[in-house]
Amino acid sequence: MNIPAKKYGSLIALITLLALLVGVPGYMSSYTVILITNILMYVVLTLSWAIFSGPTGYISLASAAFFGTGVYASALLSSSLPLPVVIVIGGSASFTLAFLVGSLTLRLKGMYFTMFTFGLVELVRNSLHWWEVNMTGTVGRLIISADNTIIFYSMVGIFVSVLLVSYMIKRSRFGLALESIGESEEAAAHSGVNVTRVKAATFAVSAFFMGAAGATMSMRWTYIDPTTAFNIQFSFMPVLMAIFGGTGHLYAPIAGATVFSLLEELLTTKFPYYYMLIFGLIMLAVIRFMPHGLEGGIEKWRKSVGTGSAVKT
Amino acid sequence: MEEKCGDGICGENMKILEAERLNKRFGGLTAVSSVDLDVKEGEILGLIGPNGAGKTTLFNLLSGALKADSGVIRFKGHDITGLKPHQIARRGIARTFQSVKIFSRMSVIDHVRLGYLFGKLESGDGDEAEREVGEILEFVGLAPVRDGRGGDLILANQKRLEVARALATKPALLLLDELMAGLTPTEMAEAMELVKKIGQRGITIVMVEHVMKAIMNSCDRIIVLNHGVKIAEGTPKEIAANKTVIEVYLGE
Amino acid sequence: MIIKFLDIAIGGLLMGGIYALIAVGFGLQYGVARVLNIAHGEFIMLGAFCTWTLFTMAGVTPLVSMLFCAPLFFAIGFVIYRIFFTPLRTSSESPAAFEGNSMLASFGLLFVVQNLALIIWGTPVKGYSYLAFPIHLSGAVFSANRIVTLIASVILGSAFYVFLVSTRTGKAIRAAAQDPDAAELMGVRINRVLALCFGFGVMMAALGGLLLSMTSIMLSPVMGMQYTLIAIIVVVLGGLGNIKGSFIGGFILGLVGYVVSSSQPGLSMVAYYVIFLFLLLVRPTGLLTK
Repeated sequence: MNIPAKKYGSLIALITLLALLVGVPGYMSSYTVILITNILMYVVLTLSWAIFSGPTGYISLASAAFFGTGVYASALLSSSLPLPVVIVIGGSASFTLAFLVGSLTLRLKGMYFTMFTFGLVELVRNSLHWWEVNMTGTVGRLIISADNTIIFYSMVGIFVSVLLVSYMIKRSRFGLALESIGESEEAAAHSGVNVTRVKAATFAVSAFFMGAAGATMSMRWTYIDPTTAFNIQFSFMPVLMAIFGGTGHLYAPIAGATVFSLLEELLTTKFPYYYMLIFGLIMLAVIRFMPHGLEGGIEKWRKSVGTGSAVKT
Repeated sequence: MEEKCGDGICGENMKILEAERLNKRFGGLTAVSSVDLDVKEGEILGLIGPNGAGKTTLFNLLSGALKADSGVIRFKGHDITGLKPHQIARRGIARTFQSVKIFSRMSVIDHVRLGYLFGKLESGDGDEAEREVGEILEFVGLAPVRDGRGGDLILANQKRLEVARALATKPALLLLDELMAGLTPTEMAEAMELVKKIGQRGITIVMVEHVMKAIMNSCDRIIVLNHGVKIAEGTPKEIAANKTVIEVYLGE
Repeated sequence: MIIKFLDIAIGGLLMGGIYALIAVGFGLQYGVARVLNIAHGEFIMLGAFCTWTLFTMAGVTPLVSMLFCAPLFFAIGFVIYRIFFTPLRTSSESPAAFEGNSMLASFGLLFVVQNLALIIWGTPVKGYSYLAFPIHLSGAVFSANRIVTLIASVILGSAFYVFLVSTRTGKAIRAAAQDPDAAELMGVRINRVLALCFGFGVMMAALGGLLLSMTSIMLSPVMGMQYTLIAIIVVVLGGLGNIKGSFIGGFILGLVGYVVSSSQPGLSMVAYYVIFLFLLLVRPTGLLTK
């Protein structure tokens, strides 16, 4: 496989990063392990979100629903099945939900889709709550917790998977179709792309990883109920992070998520009452002045020092 | 009585596309009213009419972008009424758009690759694909800018790109919507050349145009629409002499 | 039988009035100013909390608070639109880009407003009691404050409707709702009108919150979001850009909610959502449009 020179740099950076990550539990304190696990969770959520919402421009606010589905699946199954299986099941449940929802609602215009996904979290939460109250009788569930190190390595594994899948999609004909959908659905359809199916499938793939992440992170908590599993913050944060970082190149959501989770960690310890406020203000500033996020700024800088031609051909 | 038209068994004057009594309304407005349309294989058919006559709506109906309220559309003998755009595209009808819809951030060559990969019922791959894609780029004259981005092209080249993307889907019928709009006289001449070359490849063409010179010079037949109704049909000579048509245009 | 019917009818309408108001507000923001305001519910919450503060700290009754809150929140909305969304509109590459950007910006607004409320009022839930005595209407019992709420929302809604129909500003708003560019060509100062609409939207939200607080529910800084959802659903139900439709739709949804929660409490949001899904799939233009 021919890898162009500039990609060598990214590959080396990635391998170095992974090597460091693998060594963390051996050399770092348990606090650091937990911190990095958290960061990885947000990175996975943001990358997953960007797989679909990046190229298509459809802003999904359903991430919390898919993450929560994974959490809940884990709550139901973790006592009877091994961890890898639970993670896959959690991911698959989210995949199925997303494919269903996507096939139905992705024919709508962007704003309607966003509005619908906004409510999806509440819908699933309310339905599960009602179900637990009226059908199964138990609202809260206990989870068999797992070791922090196991959770850490699971998240690393999921991170690598999302990265790989994102990369492969971008380079495949599927990614080409996605790109075309993002620019003009009409033109894409008339070029032979089955727009609704491609959108739904991508949406489902992105949801899979969110569910897998949820199933993994649930092991952190000992007690789960619909309210704790389906928290709208998990819908808002990935969007915030992706907008801040950008969604074009792969590094962008990773950078955005890392910066923001570190910021959150810092702020929740120092100014626990103000962090949402600060995030909100950052969001407003970014939208107003840098709508393409950090990445937009970086690409602009690259263009100005590079050899890009400004002349139309 | 016409025979079914399968690949390779078509003779001259086979009808590649037939539309019967197509109707389309938007709320209270009738855009297309009981239009019959026959397109002969291999011909270049012109579709003209004043603004708002329903030409683009008709294209939208034929390409599946809109669903007709009533009427039937048959392509190569098969009923395609109600099929989705991507299904119609794969069966062999391609189109360009009145307001150019290229992908500004996508490279020129990727546009053609997209059409090639998705626009046919069976998709080739690898070297074969690259060869054909390159050939299409040469054919429309975009080979020099193959790695450029769609959004960086001048209008004339963007139109070429739309045509290239459409051709990549290996169509038997190409619908061109106002290809000449916005072009300089030189560019128009080049565009007419391209249309001729496409016709020579055996692809049937239906073109909507406002530029009379282009229509009169290249079309084998012309259909005239006004207020959604077909008011005339015939050779360029016949149409030029048609009293109703002249009235409609002079009254503009 | 009639008693049961009346009971359901009135019970449903009580919340319906509030739904109608917040929906009209949301509709103005999205239908005209093209801002999908995810933070709408936060202003509802703010209205409720302001009323609570005025009542518990200064003894000002909610109906009197209206005189203060309405212009205050209108001004807040107007200013926010002017200083933030107007320049955003200019710098966005296209109307579609502006819609996306403004929606994301409303996110930021949500965070800011909710956090401010948390800082000012803290997490414990609050409530107050006003006009909480029972009223008997043909055999059914209702709380007086709820009936006042219903009357107030009808009056407010009608007043706004009259404003839209008979004043010059109202007509400008309707023109802008139809076609902003054409309206601009006809001399409508579009930036001002859009800011006005946003201001009215926030005002309606706050008034909705004010009325909500009167119904003795528990107030919390995180209560806003479900009302944003309800506003969205009502607007889709009534038809985007259709003010009358949003108003009627609010009452319809209120009725549905009342019926559902009488038989299966906790499922009213689910019922709303199912209606929403149905609408989006079958008739996204709304039930009440032509």
